[in-house]
Amino acid sequence: MAGIDHAPPPFFKRGPAPLALLTFYIAVSLAIFVVDLRFKSLELLRQSIALVVDPVQRVAQTPGSLVDYAGQYLQGLRALQQENEELKHAKLTSAPDLQRLAQLEVENTRLRKLLDVKEREKASGQVAQILYTARDPFSRKVIVDKGQQAEIAAGLPAIDEAGVVGQVTRVFPFSSEITLITDKDQVVPVQIVRTGQRSIVFGLGNGQLELRYMPANADIEVGDLLVTSGLDDIYLPGFPVAKVVNIERDSAYSFARVFCVPIAGVENFGEVMILAPRQARPERPPESASRAAGNDGQRVKKKRIPKN
Amino acid sequence: MQPTFTSSRILLPVRPWFIFLSLIVAALLNFLPTAHWPGMPDWVALVLCFWSVREFRRVGMGWGFVLGLLMDVADGAVLGQHCFAYVLLAYAGASLSRRILWFPLAQQALQIMPLLIGAQLIQALMRLAVGADFPGWGYFIGPFVATLLWIPATFILLLPQYRPVEQDPNRPI
Repeated sequence: MAGIDHAPPPFFKRGPAPLALLTFYIAVSLAIFVVDLRFKSLELLRQSIALVVDPVQRVAQTPGSLVDYAGQYLQGLRALQQENEELKHAKLTSAPDLQRLAQLEVENTRLRKLLDVKEREKASGQVAQILYTARDPFSRKVIVDKGQQAEIAAGLPAIDEAGVVGQVTRVFPFSSEITLITDKDQVVPVQIVRTGQRSIVFGLGNGQLELRYMPANADIEVGDLLVTSGLDDIYLPGFPVAKVVNIERDSAYSFARVFCVPIAGVENFGEVMILAPRQARPERPPESASRAAGNDGQRVKKKRIPKN
Repeated sequence: MQPTFTSSRILLPVRPWFIFLSLIVAALLNFLPTAHWPGMPDWVALVLCFWSVREFRRVGMGWGFVLGLLMDVADGAVLGQHCFAYVLLAYAGASLSRRILWFPLAQQALQIMPLLIGAQLIQALMRLAVGADFPGWGYFIGPFVATLLWIPATFILLLPQYRPVEQDPNRPI
């Protein structure tokens, strides 16, 4: 009969009761939610699903990128000529600095050798194209077109022509996910250029960053430039990160609220450079153990002195 | 099943491949760059809800779980976030289907609205509970748009089940 399924309703084999199924699925969902969030041990599952989903997603993104491409193609000769002029001009303005840079670097290495200081690390990396923004509205992430195949690893920093963009957080076989510095969970160790003071800058999630734990009377002004301090083994020192735009000094709190905007085109689409991992630094001394040992030693000595 | 219980129109049985295809197309719609526009509905939630109301014997919580995993990976969200919401959505759709199908389409949409909003709200609560930032009220416009889309979605997804208008009197079925 039409209107009713051809197969007779399964009176006798109905499987588990809906409520039992619901309990089971909810338990599994919550379990993987917690495991993924706290222990990060489900990357293999994620990567294997991404292997299927990723090509489909790229195909779904093609209409948009085709429209972009067509827009650029039809931009017109005049706009291109103007852009070319501007680029030439910019190149000429930076020429004096660049031409002397090579000589300066050689001089720098020689002087560092004379002083017996470790040589300054050079930045190298590979260019990757931003494919699309991750759809998750709770975080700020972009997907780029290079992954494990290009030897990208989680933790590498990404920059654009102006400054730091973010950090690679997940790597898939053919793509990787970059968490932008404006994401709420993202932290960058920075240094204020004008004063040399070191601090850390936190993403706020709304496109801004906040410099936390600055004393209310700290020497910081609107317009100060923050660059990476290089103390973290991840970012090389000296890359611009953000500029201070607003400072709230409230004497009720012990810390000033310092708001910054990123210098790099963090929310723009385009290309980023994923930097190669930093050279391994010498191992840190076992800080807590030595300090504890030293304190104990002192205490013991102090106790002994009055006896003698 | 009929479009509504008040209508006299009899539908052909659903084809399983069409359910599968419609869910895949919904996932594809979610992957499009338009997903970043404010107020875009979660297509997978809408189609999953539709099938779990219409065909709860074929599309149930298992489908919700698998699609949820797919969407979690595609979104770069925490694994399990969409799974949880979709499983609940499928369960609620299936358990309310006997009632919902009695109403005319516009009232069906009204009954569906709390389910879709609930699915979105659960995801927001899960993420806010573990320290994500609030995505803005625009995040909650999607379910309302999806509610409006319930009527066209019903029409489109039932198209293959409508019987031809001119019928052979010798073979009424």
